[in-house]
Amino acid sequence: MDVGLRSELQRHGIFVTTLEELYNWGRSNSLWPLGFGLACCAIEMIAASMARYDLARFGAEVFRPSPRQADLMIVAGTVTKKMAPQVVRLYNQMAEPKYVIAMGACAISGGPFKQGYNVLKGIDRYIPVDVHIPGCPPRPEALIHALMTLQQRIAAESLVGPNRPRHLRRDQPGEFPVPEYGSHDLIPPKNESIWRPPVIVRSG
Amino acid sequence: MLCLLDSDEVARLASVGLVLSHIGMDGGSTEYLTLGIFLVAACLFALMPLGLARLWAWRFAPTKPGPVKNSIYECGLESQGDAWRPFKSAYYLYAIVFLVFDVEIVFLLPFAVAFGGLPLGAVLAMMLFVLLVVEGLLWAWAKGVLRWS
Repeated sequence: MDVGLRSELQRHGIFVTTLEELYNWGRSNSLWPLGFGLACCAIEMIAASMARYDLARFGAEVFRPSPRQADLMIVAGTVTKKMAPQVVRLYNQMAEPKYVIAMGACAISGGPFKQGYNVLKGIDRYIPVDVHIPGCPPRPEALIHALMTLQQRIAAESLVGPNRPRHLRRDQPGEFPVPEYGSHDLIPPKNESIWRPPVIVRSG
Repeated sequence: MLCLLDSDEVARLASVGLVLSHIGMDGGSTEYLTLGIFLVAACLFALMPLGLARLWAWRFAPTKPGPVKNSIYECGLESQGDAWRPFKSAYYLYAIVFLVFDVEIVFLLPFAVAFGGLPLGAVLAMMLFVLLVVEGLLWAWAKGVLRWS
């Protein structure tokens, strides 16, 4: 709908919306995170949900104890290789539509423990991450910023057409393979279909 | 609730209620009309969100069940064994003894409160009842259930 016409109508007290906008508005303002913390970032996540930072202003304070009721997974902390299958399984058990925030350096890349033999070098090797928050740990404001970024992304999602998100596509998977413990590393070490390492081009 | 609906809807609901009351026990009287309307409204209230959700899933968001997604939630771990496992049948004795004390206390309290003003017949009936329940306790005692082994 034409933006000019809409604001003209709004000035006369007539509000026009589409089903898509209504749907996205409702969804983006009621993101229920999974109550799930892995390391020190979880402390910041808890602080963000408490009165001082008040995540409830964004409708995201209802931390659910079961993945069946949650639609946002905040991977808050270091993902060890021992823990990675559980994280992926929890993600798989969440109902669609589901989103992931990788909170902190560890969840993004392994962070300060990147050289460790037992640390996963980024949760996006196994599940699709929507928003990354840098920081060690990120402050609650950073988590709120990530949530607002995710809200904007959800608000921009289209219900139909070729650009519609993963959960609305019939051909896209709803669950991702859970890695298994191998003798040296997780098997497979990464999900090739969603994680592609950046190609380093050396110049000169 | 009716004031929220417009006149057309009220008329439709009323006709449905009328049909219901014709089918119902009272053969044509409008005594159960309100009840019928509320029954239909309650059913619609419960079924419409389910229907809308199904419609939405069919039109926009395909359901994607899978073996991991449908598996039992156990904090991310794979569940060990079946949730439908048998319990030791000896526990039925505890249930029975609990029932003895439970039923007894439910009736004993009002009995004790009204004890002063009860006629002889009521006291005898109550005593018979208490004896019946105590007999169950004696049976359990004789069977050795009260001794923890």
